[in-house]
Amino acid sequence: MSGAFVEVEDLVKRFNVSKPWLNRVLERLPEQTLTAVSGVSFEIEKGQTFALVGESGSGKSTVAKMVIGLLNPTDGTIRIDGRSTSDAAEATALRRRMQMIFQDPYASLNPRWRIDKIISEPIRVFGLLSDEAAIDRRVGELLELVGLDARDAVKYPHEFSGGQRQRLCIARALSSNPEFLVCDEPTSALDVSVQAQILNLMRDLQDELGLTYLFISHNLAVVRYMANRIGVLYLGGLVEISDTKELFTAPAHPYTRMLLDAVPSVAQVGRVRQPVQGEIPNPINPPSGCVFHPRCPFANDRCKAEVPALKVHDGRSIACHAVDEGRLPIGAEAAAA
Amino acid sequence: MADLSVDPDKVAQKLEAAKAEAPSLLTRLKRSDVWYSFTRSPVAIVAAIVVLVIVLASVFAPLFAPQNPFNPAELNLMDGFTPPMEPNQFTSAVYWLGTDDQGRDIFSTILYGSRISLFVGVSAVALAMVIGIVLGLVAGYRGGWTDMIIMRIADVQLTFPSILIALLVFGIARGLVPPDMRNDLAVWILIVSIALSDWVQYARTVRGATLVERNKEYVQAARVIGVRPFAIMMRHVLPNVMGPVLVIATIGLALAIIAEATLSFLGVGMPKTTPSLGTLINTGQDFLFSGEWWILLFPALTLLALALSVNLLGDWLRDALNPKLR
Repeated sequence: MSGAFVEVEDLVKRFNVSKPWLNRVLERLPEQTLTAVSGVSFEIEKGQTFALVGESGSGKSTVAKMVIGLLNPTDGTIRIDGRSTSDAAEATALRRRMQMIFQDPYASLNPRWRIDKIISEPIRVFGLLSDEAAIDRRVGELLELVGLDARDAVKYPHEFSGGQRQRLCIARALSSNPEFLVCDEPTSALDVSVQAQILNLMRDLQDELGLTYLFISHNLAVVRYMANRIGVLYLGGLVEISDTKELFTAPAHPYTRMLLDAVPSVAQVGRVRQPVQGEIPNPINPPSGCVFHPRCPFANDRCKAEVPALKVHDGRSIACHAVDEGRLPIGAEAAAA
Repeated sequence: MADLSVDPDKVAQKLEAAKAEAPSLLTRLKRSDVWYSFTRSPVAIVAAIVVLVIVLASVFAPLFAPQNPFNPAELNLMDGFTPPMEPNQFTSAVYWLGTDDQGRDIFSTILYGSRISLFVGVSAVALAMVIGIVLGLVAGYRGGWTDMIIMRIADVQLTFPSILIALLVFGIARGLVPPDMRNDLAVWILIVSIALSDWVQYARTVRGATLVERNKEYVQAARVIGVRPFAIMMRHVLPNVMGPVLVIATIGLALAIIAEATLSFLGVGMPKTTPSLGTLINTGQDFLFSGEWWILLFPALTLLALALSVNLLGDWLRDALNPKLR
């Protein structure tokens, strides 16, 4: 095994979306399953940020929830620092080493709890400090660390703005000294100026504390700023994994190209942009072959019949027949063409 | 890179200052929206005063009541049927609200009777709340089969009138209790039967609110660090579903007092030796057509005032806690 800090292998999550048993019997309906995540594998090196991007419904959050342990995977393994989360004892031990930051800062703080109680909850649950004065001091330090004031400890969540609340969530996540943070769209509920502050804070904390991030986002600009490596998710499967720089300078997979093409930029003023075509298909009844073929401008008969596997091309993994066959040049070849 | 260093001494100082300045529970209550809306609602204030007066008068009944109507030694049968504010034809004793057939002072029986009515009402609501909240939390948080079984039982129970359930429970419980203890245990049997007829609405409300709360991210944040489901239900979900529960509990209190009065009126509640408001009304109606109206009227008015005020308070609370009506 390689020595990556977080290793996710062939992760699968299927949800049973069947109607109730009685309806199925009476209406003669079969059981229905929704495959939210189909065979996702990636690795995150210690101290690095791996981002998952994709449209709504691509399974980003489901992957995040499985990695943190909120959902049990249907299949596949998650190993963190070499320990598998499917083992109950190891999962309990691992829980102390990871934390999660959520999307909606208005829903992620218990409105009836005072800030010091919210932030100290992980400390108390894990029994990290037993002395009340020490817990208070730690809460104060955490508040200052995330750019708030120690005096905020005696306030309630409704007294804070969205950005401040997200800082509180970060303080809570840091209170148990985690090594690995799963961030599920941490800035998508904030306005742009505040987003930048939170992202800067998260990067500073990463440098300071050596944190490892799994960063979920649909915002390409945010991902470009935060991530070392990016995985592009489409309908529950990874279509491309690349280093950030390569992905943005020379996207390989047709879907990645389409996503990047849709991002407005100053350099492209005047150019006719290609909007993202079509919508993500229904995961209960996914297309045959490559799930992207109905929207892909390069699709041929093979794409409609055969599921492409992730293959390594110049240090990046791409799941596309067109790239594989050389029909679609990537990187330097693309620049030359 | 931004400066992330933290000076521990400064933090400690700030914490001290903040702790000293933190508003107490009382100040927080005074600053709250609920208190503000209370001070702006004349109806709520009047209702609260009426409830407070009745509660205080009945809790401290031995201090206010001219006699203890439950103590036969203090009663004089010659005083029976004295009209209000008129001297008795044999003893010349004057009673504010008159006396009943036993010579018991109506004012005193009302004070002692409200005491029993309130005790039964509050206890029944408390018991119904505990049963309903626990079952509602479990049903809403666990979901699946647990939810289905609990809520189907609740649905079945809702198809019967609650007074019928109370009568049924009361009858079964009385049958189980030895006959010589029936009068002593009547209060408790009454409480249990009213509570069991009333838990469903608490369970339904709590389940609905729990379904909303359990998917919120603060619950997930607690699950991420491995907080046990029971602790999540009690510490995280419960405080956030208490708002609507308090509203139905207030209105439920009025209903429970009326249910107790109904059962006692029907003769299956409190015995005549320790009468509640319902028992008093039951006694009074025997004499209504012989012209002794006061025996019925005053207990009935007290019940009306109590139930109405509690109901009005409940209505106000519902409006005050409902952000959509602001």
